[in-house]
Amino acid sequence: MSVFSLPAVQAILPQLMSIAWGIGKALIVLFGVVICGAYMSLVERRVLGLWQDRYGPNRVGPFGLFQLVADMLKIFFKEDWIPPFADKFLFVLAPLVAMGTMILAFMVIPVTPDLGVADLNIGVLFFMAMAGLAVYAVLLGGYASGNKYALLGVARSAAQSLSYEVFLGLSMMGVVARAGSFDLRTIVLSQQGLWNIIPQFFGFIAFLIAGIAVVHRHPFDQPEAEQELADGYHIEYGGMKWGMFFVGEYVGIILISAMIVTLFFGGWLGPFSVVPPFVWFALKTGAFMLFFILIRASVPRPRYDQVMILSWQYLLPLTLVNLIITGAVLLWVGGAA
Amino acid sequence: MRSDICVEKPLEAVSVSPAVDAVFSYFGKEIFHHEPAGTSMETLWLPQGKLLDVMRFLRRSEHGFDMLFDLHAVDERLRRHRPTGLGQVGFSVFYQLVSLRTGRDLMIKVGVDEAAPKLPSITAIWPAANWYEREVYDMFGIVFEGHPCLKRLLMPPGWQGHPLRKDYAARATEHGPYILTPRKQDEQQAQLRFVPEEWGLARGNGQRDYMFLNFGPNHPSAHGAFRLVLQLDGEEVLDCVPDIGYHHRGAEKMAERQSWHSYIPYTDRIDYTGGVVNNLPYLLALEALGDIPVPQRAQTIRVMLTELFRITSHLLFFGTYVQDLGAMTPVFFTFTDRQKAYGIIEAITGFRMHPAWFRIGGVAADLPKGWDALVEDFLAWMPKRLDEYQKTMMENATLRERAQHVAAYTSEQALEWGVTGPNLRATGFDFDARRDRPYSGYENFSFEVPLGKNGDVFDRGMMRLEEMRQSLRIIAQCLKHMPSGAIRADHPLSTPPARERMKTDIETLIRHFQQISWGARMPVGESMQMIEATKGLNSYYIISDGGTMSYRTRIRTPSFAHLQQIPEVMRGGFVPDMVAHIASIDFVMADVDR
Repeated sequence: MSVFSLPAVQAILPQLMSIAWGIGKALIVLFGVVICGAYMSLVERRVLGLWQDRYGPNRVGPFGLFQLVADMLKIFFKEDWIPPFADKFLFVLAPLVAMGTMILAFMVIPVTPDLGVADLNIGVLFFMAMAGLAVYAVLLGGYASGNKYALLGVARSAAQSLSYEVFLGLSMMGVVARAGSFDLRTIVLSQQGLWNIIPQFFGFIAFLIAGIAVVHRHPFDQPEAEQELADGYHIEYGGMKWGMFFVGEYVGIILISAMIVTLFFGGWLGPFSVVPPFVWFALKTGAFMLFFILIRASVPRPRYDQVMILSWQYLLPLTLVNLIITGAVLLWVGGAA
Repeated sequence: MRSDICVEKPLEAVSVSPAVDAVFSYFGKEIFHHEPAGTSMETLWLPQGKLLDVMRFLRRSEHGFDMLFDLHAVDERLRRHRPTGLGQVGFSVFYQLVSLRTGRDLMIKVGVDEAAPKLPSITAIWPAANWYEREVYDMFGIVFEGHPCLKRLLMPPGWQGHPLRKDYAARATEHGPYILTPRKQDEQQAQLRFVPEEWGLARGNGQRDYMFLNFGPNHPSAHGAFRLVLQLDGEEVLDCVPDIGYHHRGAEKMAERQSWHSYIPYTDRIDYTGGVVNNLPYLLALEALGDIPVPQRAQTIRVMLTELFRITSHLLFFGTYVQDLGAMTPVFFTFTDRQKAYGIIEAITGFRMHPAWFRIGGVAADLPKGWDALVEDFLAWMPKRLDEYQKTMMENATLRERAQHVAAYTSEQALEWGVTGPNLRATGFDFDARRDRPYSGYENFSFEVPLGKNGDVFDRGMMRLEEMRQSLRIIAQCLKHMPSGAIRADHPLSTPPARERMKTDIETLIRHFQQISWGARMPVGESMQMIEATKGLNSYYIISDGGTMSYRTRIRTPSFAHLQQIPEVMRGGFVPDMVAHIASIDFVMADVDR
């Protein structure tokens, strides 16, 4: 007699099934994101190569597709070295935080109407919280390394992240106000007919820049600025621990791209119903990921204090004005109705 | 061409320049020994006691000089043809003063006693003397009294002996075997530890400690094995101490054991991005010494290759310059362009970076068939690329923010520290040796000397872009007006006798054998030539004692002076500004350390 024929089990079977499906969805998203993140290292190098009149890694497998396998093998077999002068516990913890927070934040992203790990009614806030926690990865990693370059990177990272998270949050408030919810799925559905990119254009600009800053991608890669700090906070890292920082950064790019798509470009929504929602989501997110790489390939890096000036003197007022106007319009339209 | 800048060539044999005349009338003629300008600068020997007074006078007088161009020493102990002004002492120290504004120069020489080699330091008069005096101390053991920080410069702190002395063996086999024990290694490591107090730097200001950061010798933006110790308050650079010598190979010492001819490849590697440009001042100095006429065609080929190398060097500069400002892509494009230039260089010389292709009295071979088509292709390719770099990078707002008014200095500051070349012109100082002290037939070419205004990181970048355009102009003129004729002087010192004559005449055979096996013997004398190299003024000061090898070869490189100036410019800047400044200097460590 099978366990499933027991009346008690029969009664909770639907719940079990839904839990299993929930775990399944979570695993799909988890592996999807991590694999995409890892493969982005290849995509980035190939695409940079294309734009820079060179090949990039094209030797391992067709189009260099197995380069990732080779990289992974190498990284796994590298000596797991911890500098003798490092704070061992924090040194190990930091890369876990870096990768963990970025992956966790992905949990609230509604990929398609059916796919998505959790529909938190505080989705936007959860994203903010995770982005905030991600700073600790840099702080702890840089501090624990016991290296002066890492220390400079940490100082930069702390200042930059604190400033940019202020209006990373503010830039999303216009969208939240329009949708009337912090739930990302509701936000996507609120964009039927008109994507937020039109009414919330300034919010989009601010979010895009803040997003790049939060995942410290070029040109806001001040904490690692290779030419200045020789990789800054992760200068002492190697092997798999460095690999986790690395994948964490790429997952961060995917996360920010997915957030931009969700908040401003209608998530999975698209004009042609023949095209499945997932494809819309993937296309839009992919386009932003490429955009991140293109930015890296094309612009110089501003100086650190100029980055701070940009944030406090231009972007913060911009987001505040955007929020006020959005509120005023909503009240005016709502009042008329 | 400007008429007010020209070299004052002496009309009669024993001419005295106005500056020396002024010195004579002020100090009295008797204490000096005067040598008129010949293949070398006009020289004034003076007694040690008068050195500071004369230097101070020459700095301030209306006939004075605006730059301490070079300072070094000669070990005179083995010299057979001793200069008359020297007396019985073992060493001499020379000071080359130039006035770039008026095109005059003067060499001051002082004898130094072998038993107690010491001289008063002139750092209070010419700040640029600091590193030069340290190098002389390092290489010859001459102590400069009153020097603020007289330590070894190129050799490691614990080094024994003074390498450029004639009794210091040049070959490794003449020294004992080198053994590095763990203890010795630890000692040497300990010597490299930076102690701020030794450099007069405070560890803190009472309220907070400063951070001392080793920038290099292994750092992606240090452009070679260059160490800069930063005294940081946050990210502000309060002061910094450049540390050089990691790339020292003793090129000047090697010149004393290589034949005149076989030293040519060593010069290629002084400024290793400059290739044959390095051959030029060495050979021009030699050719002046031996009175070897260089055929027109050879001169024009030399000019063409020099300008090609200037372009490859500037392209490398530009790519890394914008990369250090954070733009990663242009360097790949400039390398593509360099590749094209190297295609031509390879077709002509058979080699790429260090062709060592110029010869005494000419060049190694004639131009190959089809060289003109290659050059034409390059001339058609480059201008639009340069326009693209200017549009995408130099007109980029972010880059301008990073580079404009950063690490700026004035012409006066530049001259004070011996800054030359594009870095000097970026301050608006109008001097280009190709135009104002022409050599190798540059007077026959029409080109402009681009000038900057602010002397900042941005202007230094723009200088190179503009200079590449001018170099293309010069190459186009070479292409259009390449003279025909010989490529090597028909002179006994430059070319061995013809093979046919050698077969018939025993004297010629002996001569041929000598020249091939030992090399030519240059006439006794001194010769000095400065050229506008890729990075600034590069000069070779050669002393021949009548042998097949140089008695002393002094190589004055632009990068050395440029690095010495870094602390002056960087005090108060941010770490990213310092990276930008270092990128804008355009130096290679081989050029600094020699």
